[in-house]
Amino acid sequence: MANTMARSFLQVAAAEEVAPPLRVVQIEGLVMLKIIKHCKEFSPALVTGQLLGLDVGSVLEVTNCFPFPIQEEDEEIEADGANYQLEMMRCLREVNVDNNTVGWYQSTMLGCFQTAELIETFLNYQENIRRCVCIIYDPSRSNQGALAFKALKLSDSFMDLYRSNNFTGEKLREKNLSWVDIFEEIPVKVSNSALISAFMTELEPDTPVTQRDYDRLQLSSSPFLERNMEFLIECMDDLSVEQQKFQFYYRSLTRQQAQQQSWLQKRRDENKARKAAGEEPLPEEDPSNPIFKPIPEPPRLESFLIANRIANYCNQINGVTGQSFSRLYLTKALHDN
Amino acid sequence: MAASDRTVLQFGPSSAVTSNITAKVHPLVIFNISDCYVRRPDQAERVIGTLLGSVLPDGTVDIRNSYVVPHNEFSDQVALDIEYHHTMLKSHLKVNPQEVIVGWFSTGLGVTGGSALIHEFYCREVPNPVHLTVDTGFRNGEGTVKAYVSVNLSLGDRQLAAQFQEIPLDLRMIEAERVGFDILKSTSVDKLPSDLEGMEVLMERLLTLINDIYKYVDDTVEGHAVPDNSVGRILSETVASLPKLSPPAFDKLVNDSLQDQLLLLYLSSITRTQLSLAEKLNTAAQMP
Repeated sequence: MANTMARSFLQVAAAEEVAPPLRVVQIEGLVMLKIIKHCKEFSPALVTGQLLGLDVGSVLEVTNCFPFPIQEEDEEIEADGANYQLEMMRCLREVNVDNNTVGWYQSTMLGCFQTAELIETFLNYQENIRRCVCIIYDPSRSNQGALAFKALKLSDSFMDLYRSNNFTGEKLREKNLSWVDIFEEIPVKVSNSALISAFMTELEPDTPVTQRDYDRLQLSSSPFLERNMEFLIECMDDLSVEQQKFQFYYRSLTRQQAQQQSWLQKRRDENKARKAAGEEPLPEEDPSNPIFKPIPEPPRLESFLIANRIANYCNQINGVTGQSFSRLYLTKALHDN
Repeated sequence: MAASDRTVLQFGPSSAVTSNITAKVHPLVIFNISDCYVRRPDQAERVIGTLLGSVLPDGTVDIRNSYVVPHNEFSDQVALDIEYHHTMLKSHLKVNPQEVIVGWFSTGLGVTGGSALIHEFYCREVPNPVHLTVDTGFRNGEGTVKAYVSVNLSLGDRQLAAQFQEIPLDLRMIEAERVGFDILKSTSVDKLPSDLEGMEVLMERLLTLINDIYKYVDDTVEGHAVPDNSVGRILSETVASLPKLSPPAFDKLVNDSLQDQLLLLYLSSITRTQLSLAEKLNTAAQMP
């Protein structure tokens, strides 16, 4: 009796390991305001901060956050940074704030956040926390009127592949992994406590037109589009550089293979001659010969990241131009009247 | 303390100065305070904390951030965790050295006796702290946020008491407006609106506004509504502020912009095709 019960408990405990996949990130309005304030204050510099919250089923709740100080590149400040984090967490624990790290946030300038450092940070976090997200906030896009919050996480397949350091073309083709699969964007939900919603309802000014509407109706989107195009062009240059690297690699690979073939052929002829002469045949492989040295394949990660960035810029341009169309038609209609 | 009936309570000469102080509060502070109030330990009736911000050159106190400080309150004694307060202050200063202490807050309507003691403590940190009360109990049927400064009442040469004088408070909700009140107001929003959806909502609102104005003008012309000169002047200014361009010039302008946008759209579509091509080249190339 006790045995069966113990086993079922074990089974249950074992079954708990499979967590439901993360479907939604639920942010509190407080966290959003804090992130916006922090990123805007320091823009155009890029800032980061820590997210605190709870991991509940398929929802990741983010209930509080605190910013990181901007660190100079200095040895001693490393320990300082860790100290700061511990202190903040301890203090927040005392006032009953959830002390659980669930990720970090960072600000970005026009959306060029897909870098190798992001992946590194993700992997670092993933070692300690089972589920973590990164929230990206773009203050320059928010000036256009849209609320540019994004919750990202690395897809599992990409993480496994990256960790095993098997980032070669073969493996990628096996798993059918393309540049789209690196980052997964998770939908964001906003929640507020009842007290806050009462306050906001109370304090909302009566005007039906808000600052946000003014931002949205601005006709001049060209500086934003110009910067976007500049970044896009730079990225295309980078992409072509990466592609050239690949071309070079393939060319040298073919050349090496041709060399190997000719060498093998020569060896075979020699061996035939030797056999005819009655001597020992020479081995058909010669690992010390430099033409047998495998050429390292160039890393594909960078090209994937660049592809991601380009896609992002294109999306942004699409969004902004869509908005501009509506605005232009609006002005046209107004003028006609 | 005994006061004879012929002495006159003098408001200190500082009252002229304090009447110029106004306070501006950012919405983040209110959010923070509400959140801390919701999370307070069970036996505490109110929460107390420090306000951070800066003093602008024209004398207004700009309150930008806040953090709660654990405290214990007995019948007439208050114990504040000073070390916690200093630790948090140091941490916050590391992030943003411009945000210094400008005062303190407490929840609950009105100022109590314990508050005077706490205010004295804060006076030692900052020359003229601002005391903010946020009524989370909604006692008057609405959530009132009030700010006070303390003025010393002196009787002749003797310090009698400190009076809390209310100062005008400006709730700068611009950031909250930026995020969108509909997101901040409801208890849960299912997804953040994308660009085009937001545009749609905006257009609808603009349409309702214009309709309202139309109705108002029609009513005034027909005599149903009382004509208001100032409103009429504002309306005429608005209509006149549309730039006067001849139709062909305006059309050319609009069409040029449209063409530019279309060009960009086309360019970005080409880039995406290029991307998928590049990806094929990178990963699908097979070696014999």
